[in-house]
Amino acid sequence: MIEIQNVRKSFGSLEVLKGIDLTVEKGEVVTVIGGSGSGKSTLLTCINGLEPIDAGRIMVDGTEVHAKTTDLNKLRRKVGIVFQQWNAFPHLTVLENIMLAPRKVLGLSKEKAEEIAVKQLTHVGLGEKLSVYPTRMSGGQQQRMAIARALAMSPEYMLFDEVTSALDPQLVGEVLDTLRMLASEGMTMICVTHEMKFAREVSDRVAFFHKGVMAEIAPPEALFGTPKDPELQKFLAATH
Amino acid sequence: MFNTALTISDLGFLAQGALMTLAVTAVSVAAGTVLGVIFGVVRNQLGAYWSAPLTFLLDVFRSVPLLIQLVLGNAFQSIAKLGWPPFTTSCVVLSLYTAAYCTEIVRGGIASVPPTTRRAARSLGMTWWQDMRYIVAPLATRVSLPSWIGLTLGVMKDSALVLWLGLIELLRASQVLVTRLQEPLLILMICGAIYFLISFPIARLGGYLEKRWSND
Repeated sequence: MIEIQNVRKSFGSLEVLKGIDLTVEKGEVVTVIGGSGSGKSTLLTCINGLEPIDAGRIMVDGTEVHAKTTDLNKLRRKVGIVFQQWNAFPHLTVLENIMLAPRKVLGLSKEKAEEIAVKQLTHVGLGEKLSVYPTRMSGGQQQRMAIARALAMSPEYMLFDEVTSALDPQLVGEVLDTLRMLASEGMTMICVTHEMKFAREVSDRVAFFHKGVMAEIAPPEALFGTPKDPELQKFLAATH
Repeated sequence: MFNTALTISDLGFLAQGALMTLAVTAVSVAAGTVLGVIFGVVRNQLGAYWSAPLTFLLDVFRSVPLLIQLVLGNAFQSIAKLGWPPFTTSCVVLSLYTAAYCTEIVRGGIASVPPTTRRAARSLGMTWWQDMRYIVAPLATRVSLPSWIGLTLGVMKDSALVLWLGLIELLRASQVLVTRLQEPLLILMICGAIYFLISFPIARLGGYLEKRWSND
């Protein structure tokens, strides 16, 4: 369970998160929508401790992420994150990209790590690309590789930060299909996205962020069907 | 038509000089690179403000002509009663000189690795050290290699200046022969050819590695 309690975060004088409360249960899929600069992506990077927070707290399975005693490297094995930019390691083949963290962080043997990597890559449809260097693949393939890389650590939670935003339109589908598959397998996910159709389809709940505040959160039918927040109404009108 | 007083033993003398050049270069480039990597990482970690004293010191080594550094270095070790032989003094000065340039090369290499790539590594649970070792080091090396090869070749030729401390390296050996035999053209051509023979493999190694790494 991820518990976000009254989290505040500023970059300089700009307050990007103004007291966010959100609890995500095991197995739940929560998508976060909202305009640019609404603080959606920042929240994700705070959840796995890549960004410090100014106030409030974030608990992952009872461990406080930003407590000084928390071993973030250990916590991050449990909370995978995939970014807008897929960030492949360009000097490693696709297979090596996936194997690196299981070997060095989890200390798995080469054989075991390779077995996991092949399984995850096959899972996201890249079973044929094992020995290819990532720069030779399309953006969509690289993004699916990044997803497999995070999954190879057997995380219990997955955070997706606008994973389709940097992709050519015709490549968005293959990545969303991968996310749909994960959701259907019961992975606990928080997805920041601009894909409204996707959000409506896979989410248990959808959260709307506006200027650092979670203005509304509801199951997709309610949030898209009968939006209450005036800003959300405007946002939906503009995106539909 | 072709008459020379140059003997086999003279060639041996030149070869000894070449060995001295190689020794001074190898020691200085090795030590200078190790120091340069350490300083480069430190500069990157501390940021411009906190590393300002180090940056200033390295700027001195980059700005003052090497010849002056060698003479001052020798005077310093003598005043400080360190009792260093010329070889040691030469290597120490050349190492610091190399380190000053190498620091910039390393710093640039590290800076060329996108922060988002490093963030992805950390998000997988890798430690700072693992990120440096498995992501930053290989990527930075690829970027830095051409400059580093250039630096090595430069130091190899600059090492001729250690003759001012009395070391008989390749250039000094050639000078001795020129003075004795009065055949500057031939001897300097041989000397130049030896410099080329030493440099060429290093340059080719650089080309080979660049080509090998360009596959990815």
